[in-house]
Amino acid sequence: MEKPKIILISCGLFENDLTGRIEEDISHEFHYPVHLEECNLDLSRFYNPGRRQYNANGILKVLLDVAPREAVKTMGLLRVDLYIPILTYIFGQAALNGNSGIASLYRLRNELYGIQPDNALLIDRFSKVIIHELGHSFGLIHCTYPVCIMRSSTYVEDLDQKEKHFCYNCQAELNRKKQLGL
Amino acid sequence: MTDKVSILIVDDEESVRDSLYSWFIDDGFHVECAENAKKALSILNETEFDIVLADIKMPGMDGMEMHRRIKALPMAPIVIIMTAFASVDTAVQALKDGAFDYVTKPFDPDDLSHLIRNAATQVALRTENENLKEKITSLVDVEDIIGESEALKKVLSEVESVAQSNSSVIITGESGTGKELVARAIHSNSSRKYFPLICVHCGSLTESLLESELFGHEKGAFTGATFNRKGRFEMADGGTVFLDEIATVSPKMQIELLRVLESKSFVRVGGNKEITSDFRVICATNRDLKSMVANGTFREDLYYRLNVVNIRIPPLRERIEDVSLLINHFIRKYCTSMSRDLISIEPAAMKHLEEFEYPGNVRELENMVERAIVVGNGKVIRLKDLPLGKEVISSSIESLDELEKKHIVKILEKYKWNISRSAKALNVDRATLYNKIRKYELKQE
Ligand SMILES: [Zn+2]
Ligand SMILES: [Zn+2]
Repeated sequence: MEKPKIILISCGLFENDLTGRIEEDISHEFHYPVHLEECNLDLSRFYNPGRRQYNANGILKVLLDVAPREAVKTMGLLRVDLYIPILTYIFGQAALNGNSGIASLYRLRNELYGIQPDNALLIDRFSKVIIHELGHSFGLIHCTYPVCIMRSSTYVEDLDQKEKHFCYNCQAELNRKKQLGL
Repeated sequence: MTDKVSILIVDDEESVRDSLYSWFIDDGFHVECAENAKKALSILNETEFDIVLADIKMPGMDGMEMHRRIKALPMAPIVIIMTAFASVDTAVQALKDGAFDYVTKPFDPDDLSHLIRNAATQVALRTENENLKEKITSLVDVEDIIGESEALKKVLSEVESVAQSNSSVIITGESGTGKELVARAIHSNSSRKYFPLICVHCGSLTESLLESELFGHEKGAFTGATFNRKGRFEMADGGTVFLDEIATVSPKMQIELLRVLESKSFVRVGGNKEITSDFRVICATNRDLKSMVANGTFREDLYYRLNVVNIRIPPLRERIEDVSLLINHFIRKYCTSMSRDLISIEPAAMKHLEEFEYPGNVRELENMVERAIVVGNGKVIRLKDLPLGKEVISSSIESLDELEKKHIVKILEKYKWNISRSAKALNVDRATLYNKIRKYELKQE
């Protein structure tokens, strides 16, 4: 059997330094090998012209179908504006204890808020969203510890207040969940 | 933690119920759903819920009527009404009838989370009042504040007594003593814990950055801005603002700060709407503010507004008995995060660390332990894994990456770039090693 890994599926073009850094961050936090795959998913069928956004629920369903077998978890990386019908936007989503999730860097860019672009900060924020959503897929819920990666953040600069790591309690919980799962 | 808060979602649309269910499950709530008012009322007759989130328009009995019936229940939950934009008037009527609040579909995630945090705080206050007599006070989220010395116990007891109040706090202590950890502990143990703790590192803010950073700006204020930008004070609504290195702020910024702290309201750059924000202030400094007031470099009025409670964190040399506990804590911390087996420490190395002066306090000790784990043999920290003189340490603090890189190169060369064997020797998996090789752009000679 092939060794379990976390698979990232990029839908849209991402710079190598971005994906490289993200792979490194994820393998550092979860201690699984991380593998990046590209996918030419046609996103237009998930586009809602009324909202000028893409329906995350639909994309997540399709990703579930293309998720490779050896994947412990699969994460779709996007760069379009995501929504679900009840919310005006989301940075990402993953079902609790589920197998896959998605995250978009669209709303993480400084430029949208009228400040100087900052590529390093952008990569950092994207990593945080992905690690957070992966945390959910491993069964972790939100944490109230102020700098824990599992703290809920709904505003872009909230992300900057968190560290890229699990707090001691969440780390212990993650290790426990990983052991149960294998 | 929010794990005791229960929430009932009432909506006739399945996709709404599903989305909200996942949202609140992530928050650690106990969640149930009902597809109509009748079902909801029968659930509420059986089980107590803290919060009901109900759509206003449903076939059969509508949300308004349901709300009236819920109010008649013996342990009535907090009711929040969901409404489409068109029926906001009805929602306002619901507020007059005693609903807690309302939200318009589709929700802004930020608004939704704020609303629920408010409701959760309300629930927590309710339960606290009921349990006041049997209340057990024990601090949470203080796992990172390590030590059993009297000096540290005093700090923790001060944290405990100040956390529940709303008073401004100034935390003083040399750099590296853990002022931010104490600020986090105060926040986490206050009723504001569901809301953010927003940190502002005043030392790194220039005066020109300040306005937009603290007050935010409207989307029209700069070209290219698609969305409004919230400032730090607005982000902290309901929570706590932590102003680190407060002594470094300029005279102009001192005036701005004083004004905001007095009025708790401000206007975004390029905006005209007065925004109010309810936050608590915690400051930190390694300077003597009182003498700065005396020589006129820090405003006296601001000083008195900030300095309602003062917590002093002792330097590490005043609580040297905590060093061994701290070392074990950092070993556990770094071995866990590097996914390694726990390592031990040689008596000679321990003795060296216990006799050290620590000008850089706990942070310096932490850096030394982390470095020793990286450069060491993976089993035990030896004297030779530790820097010997003060100069060595301060220069090695920044170069942990550099050390790691050197060590990886050494191992790779030793095993002639055999990745599996090198990874094994480094005690990491192959993917991690590949990532490090890419990070440091290492190449086989
Ligand atoms: Zn989350
Ligand atoms: Zn946590």
